[in-house]
Amino acid sequence: MTVQQISVFLENKAGRLAAAASVLKDNAVNIRALTIAESANYGVLRMIVNDPDKAMAVLKDAGFTAKQNPMIAVEIDDREGLLFDIVNLCDTEGINIEYTYSYVETASKKAILFLRFEDTGAAVRMFTGRGYKLLSPDEVCKI
Amino acid sequence: MIWDAKHESMPREELRRLQGERLKAIARKVYDRVPFYKSKFNALGVKPEDINGIDDIAKLPFTSKDDMRDVFPYGLLACDLKDIVEIHTSSGTTGKPVVDAYTQGDIDLWGEVMARTLSMGGVTAEDIVQNAYGYGLFTGGLGAHYGIRRIGATCIPISGGNTKRQLDMMRDFGSTALTCTPSYSLYLAEAGKEEGIDFSKLPLRVGFFGAEPWSESMRADIQAKLHIKAYDIFGLTEIIGPGVAAECECQDLLHVFEDHFYPEIINPDTGKPLPDGEKGELVFTTLTKEGTPVIRYRTRDITYLTREPCPCGRTAVRMHRILGRTDDMLIIRGVNIFPSQVEQVLIKMDGVEPHYQLLVERQGTLDCLEVLVEMTEGLFSDELKRLEQKEREIEDKLREALLVHSKVKLVEPKSIPRSEGKAKRIIDKRSI
Repeated sequence: MTVQQISVFLENKAGRLAAAASVLKDNAVNIRALTIAESANYGVLRMIVNDPDKAMAVLKDAGFTAKQNPMIAVEIDDREGLLFDIVNLCDTEGINIEYTYSYVETASKKAILFLRFEDTGAAVRMFTGRGYKLLSPDEVCKI
Repeated sequence: MIWDAKHESMPREELRRLQGERLKAIARKVYDRVPFYKSKFNALGVKPEDINGIDDIAKLPFTSKDDMRDVFPYGLLACDLKDIVEIHTSSGTTGKPVVDAYTQGDIDLWGEVMARTLSMGGVTAEDIVQNAYGYGLFTGGLGAHYGIRRIGATCIPISGGNTKRQLDMMRDFGSTALTCTPSYSLYLAEAGKEEGIDFSKLPLRVGFFGAEPWSESMRADIQAKLHIKAYDIFGLTEIIGPGVAAECECQDLLHVFEDHFYPEIINPDTGKPLPDGEKGELVFTTLTKEGTPVIRYRTRDITYLTREPCPCGRTAVRMHRILGRTDDMLIIRGVNIFPSQVEQVLIKMDGVEPHYQLLVERQGTLDCLEVLVEMTEGLFSDELKRLEQKEREIEDKLREALLVHSKVKLVEPKSIPRSEGKAKRIIDKRSI
């Protein structure tokens, strides 16, 4: 089970992140989690939103270059050593993580780790085989 | 020192008579021997007998770079091929290269005009000249070489590049003069400084720099760093190579060796000649060349001429250093670049759209070319490493096509300004 991530190309210039954020705001797209990867000249805004298809459509309409790709959302009890456990598991299984970011729910004391893999299918099999809870797109919408 | 006082300081009326006679002879020669020119003359209804003085030059047809390509490789030859002793060409990065085919007489002429050039900076048989222009098809290396030999100076034909060796040779052999591009001279100065070389203690005293645009502030920089006098020299493959014009000891405007290469300034739109002092397109006619004489070659370079007397005593007309281009050609580190070449590279790449802009800046002493390329769906990835890979890939392809390194920067779609559907392709920030 995977969820969709939206990534948006942004030049490293004042106001570009605000421009993308304003498109999402105006169209009532809710961001659940986000991270920005940046180089000297540009950045890639990556986010998990409540309605990926709508987010894609409105961003493209506004002239942004955007893309969807599958991510794995692992829900787990929030505790020390959680990141190590997940990364160590992937290492042992020889499954390569491209990047990851997280979301912590204070109320339920749960953490959600969003992970991007080279081989998403293999990662899904690994997690489900070991009884990890992977969130569905609907569940991600509700967080 | 004036190498050929008879011609370089000839009274102007006498010079005009000489030019008139030479023009008459060359018009006759190309009409009789070069079918390309015969049809050009005929199209304008002009005959060699219509040319009776230098002012009649305005009756003659122009030659464009495209014309030269159309008749590649031997179409401009005005003598038997067996009389050609050497061939040079332009880099040919933008299409067919331009060919300059020299007879022995042309090579001798080349040595003469380069001897004049080097003499302007005081080079004599006593000097040791380090010739760091590239040897080969490029006219810079051998053109300077022939001038150095003509003067009887000692030539170190080190060619371009290999900076460490350049500095070693300069120290070990005591070079007194340097010939190279202006940007390379500054590169040498900086590399030398890092090696702890004190240029004020070296015998080097003069340099002759050309093949790319430079400026007064760059001259001041070169002179201070290398402890030499720096002279601007000018030439182009289409005419002979270096040795078309050069600065005298006054270091103020370049004397054109007009007894051999007759310059005109024209309005680039109408083709009409412009008076002295007015800026326009520089046009050259070779008055004495034997192998590939050229009538009214349109250089697309913008400058102006003056016939005001020069304190040095030479009477030859002077031109200002090139002020710009009539087309969109960029000269970067001695290499001619057209935006269309970049377009060709981008069009061939998967996922890349030909929406781009060239940004030129002088960083330190070297010209830097940045190519902005608009992001597309096909190029984009959520992973930075893939974006960086794409940039490197475009850079490599551009380097293959342009022969100079450029830095590719991906930018947002539609961020390159378009006016009336046409993008502004070049931003030249060099202040030279």
